[in-house]
Amino acid sequence: MAREAAIRAETQTLLERFEGLGAQRIEAGILQPADTLLDLYGEDIRGRAYVTHDPLRGEQMLRPDFTVPVVQMHMAENSEPARYTYAGPVFRRQEEETDRPNEYPQVGYEIFDGSDAARVEAQVFAAFHQALADLPLRAVMGDMGILRAAVSGLETTPHRKAALMRHLWRPARFRALLDRYSTPLTLPQDVVTGPEIGLRSAGDVSDRTALMQDDAAAPRLDAGERAALEALMAIAGPLPEALSALGKAAETMSAIEAPLAQLRARVAALEEVGIAPGALDFEVTYGRTSMEYYDGFVFGFTAEDMPAIATGGRYDALTRVLGQGRAVPALGGVIRPDLVTDLRARA
Amino acid sequence: MIKLGVPSKGRLMADTFKWFADRGIQLSKAGNDREYVGRVDGIDGVEMVLLSAGEIPRELSAGRIHLGVTGSDLIHEKLALWEEKVARLAPMGFGHADLIIAVPAFWTDCTTLHDLDAVAAMFRARHGFRLRIATKYHRMVRHFLAEHGVADYQLVDSQGATEGTVKNETAEAIADITSTGETLRANHLRILEDGLIHQSQACLWVSQTAAFSAADVAALNEVKARLT
Repeated sequence: MAREAAIRAETQTLLERFEGLGAQRIEAGILQPADTLLDLYGEDIRGRAYVTHDPLRGEQMLRPDFTVPVVQMHMAENSEPARYTYAGPVFRRQEEETDRPNEYPQVGYEIFDGSDAARVEAQVFAAFHQALADLPLRAVMGDMGILRAAVSGLETTPHRKAALMRHLWRPARFRALLDRYSTPLTLPQDVVTGPEIGLRSAGDVSDRTALMQDDAAAPRLDAGERAALEALMAIAGPLPEALSALGKAAETMSAIEAPLAQLRARVAALEEVGIAPGALDFEVTYGRTSMEYYDGFVFGFTAEDMPAIATGGRYDALTRVLGQGRAVPALGGVIRPDLVTDLRARA
Repeated sequence: MIKLGVPSKGRLMADTFKWFADRGIQLSKAGNDREYVGRVDGIDGVEMVLLSAGEIPRELSAGRIHLGVTGSDLIHEKLALWEEKVARLAPMGFGHADLIIAVPAFWTDCTTLHDLDAVAAMFRARHGFRLRIATKYHRMVRHFLAEHGVADYQLVDSQGATEGTVKNETAEAIADITSTGETLRANHLRILEDGLIHQSQACLWVSQTAAFSAADVAALNEVKARLT
């Protein structure tokens, strides 16, 4: 029980720290309507979240995270700038890893603020950095905006760029798409056909057939361009070295100049609040598989043999999806007070 | 005594009885045909329990039966981390069926998983909801599609007559078991070229969680000896 008490105390300390930074304490329901989460994450979420059923309300989910209810609450009720903090358990179904808990606590800090992006990002990162300052953690940053910009800058059709963009978070399919665009396409021949059935119409089929013909006629992805994209995705290491590698990549890939300028501004803002870049790692693809609603700056604090102690990032696109027409620059993150407690016990 | 779970009905039961008879173990229903009590001859220390094939994975996993006959599709679908709960003693060579993904045959633009993914994205944009795939094999299908990076679909539950769901407009595609493909063709569906999720057949499984006494281990070893 000593561990439980220590986790509660850690949770309280973190909440007070975030309240001290101007955050308003908020709560969110444990049961969340499943349709919103399913619409956002797709069928995969069923493998990771507990779905339960009510004859009147339909499918409900035990909250797999706080971000969605917090964004919904903010978008419906409040205006910017706003800062929130919260604490409570989240629930994750474990199908593969039996040693991971299916219920664990999170303490979060979220900011909805459209002013100077680099300054706000540095503030959020610094808040987590300071909260965890006494622990032996690796701090790592990434930026989904760099990969997005690189894809949008490819010399290829808008259709292909959209397909790649849609699969940024699925590395296997992303790579399969790159392979497909790098080789001559052959369209399916002599396909067995049949009568028109179901909701998808013959018109839908002929529209996509036309798209496939356009795609087959489009030039192949340039090998040099693809190699540059692969090299960009492989950039990982101490932040100063990563910055110079990115600068070099931008010489041939002008599309990443804008997000790189933002990254440099963020690093300058971090230095202003006393965080030295030399102690941070940067990975272009950080968070690519696990942090799917983040669309710009992402960060994490990790320790050996443990899941991430803290993760966070920018999720402007999520506010657009949940904001019914309104979008707000937003970012934040969560800390696992249980893991913080275990780390302290180790020391 | 070790308990052997056997499907209680139809072709699967008859094939199971024959398979064991070929190995010197006679299984039969005691009393009249409607009674679910089994009789085992030709080996000591084994009793038969007649069960629905769909319940055998659960009973093996819970350790309430020691041995069981059921399709590998049901083991994979119903037991997460199935390797930790059951081990396969022998494939039995019958009950062959493939779990596949099929789409309407007239979708001439859709022959692969890549196409299915692209079709799903367009479908969602046009119809405002995710492309529906009817199935009763939720876990296997979800896992397969995630592994291949297919997005923008949803699974809808279908416990039977799944091939009819497209025509009835309750799904756009299906994931189901097929052996000859005839039902698919009759319902104007076509299998995706890379849409084979699992090749299933009936297998004899041994529970990794059931308690085995010394006498039970001897009986199990005798069963194993008959298999070779």
